[in-house]
Amino acid sequence: MNDMTPIVTAPKDWETDQEVRWCPGCGDYAILKAVQRTMPEIGGTPANTVFVSGIGCSSRFPYYMETYGFHTIHGRAPAFATGIKLANPELDVWLVTGDGDGLSIGGNHTMHVLRRNLDTQILLFNNEIYGLTKGQYSPTSREGTRSPSTPFGSVDHPARPCAFALGSGGRFVARAYDVSKQLPDVLKAAHAHKGAAFIEIFQNCIVYNADVFAEFTDKKNATSHQLWLADGEPMLFEKGAKGIALDREALQLKVVDVVDGDWQGAGVIVHDVRNRAVAHMLVEMPFGPFPMALGVLYDDPHPTFESAVVAQNRELSEGKTPDLQALVSKGQTWMVEKEPREN
Amino acid sequence: MASAAHTITKAEATAHPPAEAVVVRFAGDSGDGMQLTGGQFTLSTALAGNDLATFPDFPAEIRAPQGTLFGVSAFQINFGSTAIETAGDAPDVLVAMNPAALKTNVDALKPGGLIIADEGEFGDRNLAKAKYDANPLDDGSLAKWQLMKLDISALTLEAVKPFGLGKKEALRCKNMWTLGLALWMFDRDRQPIVDWLKAKFAKLPDIAEANIAALNAGHAYGETAELAGPMQKVSIAAAPTEPGLYRTVTGAESISLGLVAGAQLAGLKLFFGGYPITPASAILHHLARLKEFGVTTFQAEDEIAAICASIGASYAGQLGITSSSGPGIALKTEAMGLAIMTELPLVIVNSQRGGPSTGLPTKTEQSDLYQAIYGRNGDAPLPVISARSPADAFDCAIEAVRIATTYMTPVMLLTDGYIANAAEPWKVPDMAGYAPFPVTFKTDAPGEGEAFLPYARDEKLARPWAIPGTPGLMHRIGGIEKAEGSGAIEYGPENHARMTEIRRDKILGVDVPDQEIECGEADGRLAIVGWGSTYGPILQAVRRARARGLDVSHIHIRHLWPLPKNMAVLLRSFEHIIVPEMNTGQLKTLLRDQYLVDAKPLNKVSGQPFMIAEIEAAIEKALA
Repeated sequence: MNDMTPIVTAPKDWETDQEVRWCPGCGDYAILKAVQRTMPEIGGTPANTVFVSGIGCSSRFPYYMETYGFHTIHGRAPAFATGIKLANPELDVWLVTGDGDGLSIGGNHTMHVLRRNLDTQILLFNNEIYGLTKGQYSPTSREGTRSPSTPFGSVDHPARPCAFALGSGGRFVARAYDVSKQLPDVLKAAHAHKGAAFIEIFQNCIVYNADVFAEFTDKKNATSHQLWLADGEPMLFEKGAKGIALDREALQLKVVDVVDGDWQGAGVIVHDVRNRAVAHMLVEMPFGPFPMALGVLYDDPHPTFESAVVAQNRELSEGKTPDLQALVSKGQTWMVEKEPREN
Repeated sequence: MASAAHTITKAEATAHPPAEAVVVRFAGDSGDGMQLTGGQFTLSTALAGNDLATFPDFPAEIRAPQGTLFGVSAFQINFGSTAIETAGDAPDVLVAMNPAALKTNVDALKPGGLIIADEGEFGDRNLAKAKYDANPLDDGSLAKWQLMKLDISALTLEAVKPFGLGKKEALRCKNMWTLGLALWMFDRDRQPIVDWLKAKFAKLPDIAEANIAALNAGHAYGETAELAGPMQKVSIAAAPTEPGLYRTVTGAESISLGLVAGAQLAGLKLFFGGYPITPASAILHHLARLKEFGVTTFQAEDEIAAICASIGASYAGQLGITSSSGPGIALKTEAMGLAIMTELPLVIVNSQRGGPSTGLPTKTEQSDLYQAIYGRNGDAPLPVISARSPADAFDCAIEAVRIATTYMTPVMLLTDGYIANAAEPWKVPDMAGYAPFPVTFKTDAPGEGEAFLPYARDEKLARPWAIPGTPGLMHRIGGIEKAEGSGAIEYGPENHARMTEIRRDKILGVDVPDQEIECGEADGRLAIVGWGSTYGPILQAVRRARARGLDVSHIHIRHLWPLPKNMAVLLRSFEHIIVPEMNTGQLKTLLRDQYLVDAKPLNKVSGQPFMIAEIEAAIEKALA
């Protein structure tokens, strides 16, 4: 067990014999394919890989991966993943959740798995709706979303998953969408990151919230509304005609025009994945006036939770023999030689 | 000795009240260090060879406003030269450190009992806080007891003067002065306390010396002061016990040790997921220090995460354990259902407290029995075991681990606030006498063309434990109903009915030992049937009644689910059945339901353990 010798696999080695039961056309199919394509490329071993999920459409994911899989209860996948990883840190643990599972009922656990920095990949499928329960608005639904539970439009402010992840102390925050061709690269970067790696994957629910991301995912909108970030590269979009710069007076980001490719002259920022301050601005960047920031927004590893636990356990066990008899005999003891008197 | 193995000697059976046993209650402000005083007195008493039982009774507030009635903290110890099963009904001696402590405790004192009061604390302010119109030490209202008033505060200040402490710090030594006096009264050795103080305050030698000086001064006061009146040195001989090595143990300690022992006997590492809650936290604290035994403790973000992480650890091949008290157990319920559905080993320890809701966090109750046996959605059975005393909790914890790993099931271990906090002498077990029950993980991959069946069953109906990292055994589990054998998602009606039956039958088939009789005959006029921490008062009450010739037996149930197979025959062999419980009749209902017997309830829900006399009265009434 835990034989770490890399084995060569193909995407089909990661497919199960289970019939996939998402709605035809669901964005989850594309994400599943992307993950199955990524696993051979990162040298994954099915026997050492565990997919853990909560409840919801996204959480059916483990059934379709030929790995170990645990479909748990609503919102609690991070807690199960924590127990699994602490029990066996050698396992490659992936967590699949959704906007309702991970940010509503399980928001607390998402916060703490990020804060503790458990070495796991957290794939949050954000479709801004409750699908499996037939279309209620979710914590990421935009204000005014009409749904069976909000027939006159929702009135509460949506959560922003990447801002939540960064605010919780996350050390890796990334974004992609279901059919984006860059998704495998983002998954690879997340896997390469040692620690909790959070990826918000915009996912199109074609039944209850179709095309809600079309403003930036539609082919015709892609170049004007997608900003793909790459470490060490300038933050350019619209085929290099526009970029993101810092408004030094207001201390906030702004969109600037780039003339003749002179992005330096336009003050466009070079993306540094370790810059937490800029990451905070990127996750807060409002869509509309700004493009959607995609790719790896932030990646700055820190020591992981399970390694710290293992190190402390080892340090405190060193030189000590686990003698059960000695343990139960501890403390102030006394010997009764014989019955002190007959009754 | 509060152990099942104890046989009653003639002298014990005729003892009424138990000869040469004394009940002392220390009561003071929650900041007065009464629990510490009691704990150290317990230690010295154990070292003197007495049998003993204790009852710590403290408020939920950490530092309740000083001098108030609700801020009183008390510690009762019953010790003697005969077997002691309870913390004692009524104290013989009450040490009252202030008016509030006197007011809230004096009514429990035996008529003619001794009050030792710190008169230095009986000023107008404290009297007003305790709602006394006149000073009870002077107005004759305590006439039915013996009263010894001493200015313990002044005597302590005098004793610690050489150490130059501030007044507040100096007064903190009051509890040691009082302890010194108590040690003198009962002829106890001071040295273990001195050693303990030196170790505790190793970095603050002045504080250590001041406390030792106070301890010695209290002792010397008893020895030399011109004590006219009631205070006399009392010597309690050592209790007859089986030869061997002894220590004192609280329930929280013995459960922790038992869980570690169970994991070792199973050959597993132990993963404990917990979340702070009174009175269960002590188990987390104990286990956090035992890393060399392969113990990982995880303080989770909430009760739900604590159990979920433990289930995750079990899934990955360790022994997952979680622990809480009523409200926390309620939060864990959904995850228990998942552990039942995925058939993973897990031990859930419930240190029961008064409920519902937040209820009485620091008081004891047995009101979570329904919750343990029935309290989940769906048909979701799991084995339930209950500990009867701190010492018994060790074996119960091992038994819980054995069942969990043998049958691939979550197991609920019930204890309560009384057992968790109370101390009793414990004959250190010989670990060589415990048979290991090593776990075998599934490792052999299926042959070509064959599929691994994660829901195949052995003769005990347990499924294989195949842990992540094992080549060739990749499989998916979850909370959705699964097909028999393959474990694939399956909603079919016949399959669900079949799987529900299998889950039920697996638990009903757990090998539970036959129920024994604690005291008395296996048939007769009256059976007193109990579970958990009512053990002590029931046993004493039955012994006393039998000594007077009454036909009564004591049955005490460890395995509450499934119940022992001989229980039906046993219960039907008695004309009357009384079930004393610290709830409104939960075991009574269970027994009626399972056996159609006319079990009658005897209930107490005051947050206090039963008194022997209360059960004795019920026996007499039933047999009148």
